[in-house]
Amino acid sequence: MTPVIAARGLTKTFGDLTAVDGIDFEVPAGESFGLLGPNGAGKSTTMRMVGAVSTRSGGDLRVLGLDPDTHGPEIRSQLGVVPQEDNLDTELKVRENLIVYGRYFGIPKALCGTRADELLAFAQLEDKARSKVDDLSGGMKRRLTIARALINEPRILMLDEPTTGLDPQARHVLWDRLFRLKERGTTLLLTTHYMDEAEQLCDRLVVVDHGRIMAEGSPSQLIRQYATREVAELRFGSDRNADAAARLEGMADRIEALPDRVLLYTDDGEALLERITDLGLHPTTSLVRRSSLEDVFLRLTGRSLIE
Amino acid sequence: MSTHTDPARGSTDDATTRAMSAATLPRRLGWWYVAEHTWRGMRAYAWTIVMEGFGTPLVYLLGIGLGLAAFIDVSVADGADGPVGYLEFVAPALLASSAVGIATAEFTYVIMSGFKWRRVYWGMNASPLAPEQVMGGIVFAVLVRMLFTTTAYYVLIVAFGAVGDPWTGALMPLVGTLGGMAFGLPLLAYAASVTEDKGQFAMVQRFIFTPMFLFSGTFYPLDTMPGWLQWIGWLSPLWHASEIGRALSYGSPPGAWPVGAHLAVLLVMAAAGWVLARRAFVRRLRG
Repeated sequence: MTPVIAARGLTKTFGDLTAVDGIDFEVPAGESFGLLGPNGAGKSTTMRMVGAVSTRSGGDLRVLGLDPDTHGPEIRSQLGVVPQEDNLDTELKVRENLIVYGRYFGIPKALCGTRADELLAFAQLEDKARSKVDDLSGGMKRRLTIARALINEPRILMLDEPTTGLDPQARHVLWDRLFRLKERGTTLLLTTHYMDEAEQLCDRLVVVDHGRIMAEGSPSQLIRQYATREVAELRFGSDRNADAAARLEGMADRIEALPDRVLLYTDDGEALLERITDLGLHPTTSLVRRSSLEDVFLRLTGRSLIE
Repeated sequence: MSTHTDPARGSTDDATTRAMSAATLPRRLGWWYVAEHTWRGMRAYAWTIVMEGFGTPLVYLLGIGLGLAAFIDVSVADGADGPVGYLEFVAPALLASSAVGIATAEFTYVIMSGFKWRRVYWGMNASPLAPEQVMGGIVFAVLVRMLFTTTAYYVLIVAFGAVGDPWTGALMPLVGTLGGMAFGLPLLAYAASVTEDKGQFAMVQRFIFTPMFLFSGTFYPLDTMPGWLQWIGWLSPLWHASEIGRALSYGSPPGAWPVGAHLAVLLVMAAAGWVLARRAFVRRLRG
């Protein structure tokens, strides 16, 4: 089956800067695919090219089997786009925002109205239909933006950093809505620099850094491949972490000495902690947790995702 | 046999077919959808628009008609058949300046806000619309607003008896709107390329609109100005639109510029502005 998105050697340059440096990926219909990477990795630029609002500098790109250079309006007619920064019309009421947007797809006014009501229910905003956009909370605005992106019943929903800036509760409400869309078979393409978000929402993802793909796989595959089952996080105090890391050399599969803590990758964290205590080392705090995509990223790039 | 399926499912080939037909309407009517949206946004300041349409002209006409015109008993200008009344002379210029005034509002902060603060143009950009359609729709919506205001103005100046020939004069709203666009479209091109607000639009208001309003032969004939100031009028869409309006109302005096020349200047300015504005929108939205 033809993938809904296929990129080969996709490149974007701005003058001397190469924002996207020859990336390859394919997204089959119904998959939830993520681009994970730090700010400036080239995720948003990739999204803009897939969204047919920015022309590629090189390589090949097909969205729904069409070339964005020649069939931009056709491709965009099948996309739902949730941008990083909300661009709802603050001069219009909540429901009006949906109707006006539906019109851009050539949807008749009456049908826009019906869909707007359904989507307000989906976004749990029914009682806000006549409110001003500015009176909504951050989480509500995001949900409205998602509802707006669904007005044309898109094949692909593209979300750029969907939960950045939201409080934990609002994020969970949003994830729940996105999960429902995924269950209904909507293809999701999302960027995030939150590991937990990628783990929650993505069937498969690519780790992007400096415009290149560093690794590709499902969250669990990536963790298995690039990290151990568990991680022990030890803090010895900022001036003693490096010394301690040197003394711990060889005790774990891999050791990362960060300025604020030492990470020890191992399959059994508790056992490792005991051995460390036996050695006479006493960290001020210690914690054993499961490995996450954060660790994968650290391993691949030598840097934390959020600096 | 076909069965109902969730549109989000199904093969990519189906999606390609669906995409090809779904973009037909937006490709043709995208600009109209933008105009619809812009008018909906204008409702937020509908009262200002109505006040501007009827209130501002009324104030000017009462002020000038009852005050200034009563005071100036010598004629300042001639029409085709000799001297004309002061109110008659000023009315076409006031009408045109109302369209130019709309341009200074709609094609400055509103545009910058659409890119930078309200960010609505980015939303439109992600839809099937092309940047040219976004720009075209905004211009069309503003054009209709200009026509509304200039038509209201026209009705009032006729009521005040300030139009020589109300039949030919009825073209004045169109001329005023053309003047508004000749000034507004280049301004739109500029506004669409401004990324930082450093008070540029206040400067436009202070150093372009106001001098233009005062030095474009609005309140007295341009040739009463010293020669070294007359060039402001020649460059000013307001002067050209006012002169056409006067010709329509009471005819041109001998020696005046032909109407065709004024019209040509306005059309060239508007066309150049249109091309530049299109380019600015494409660059900004598709960078």
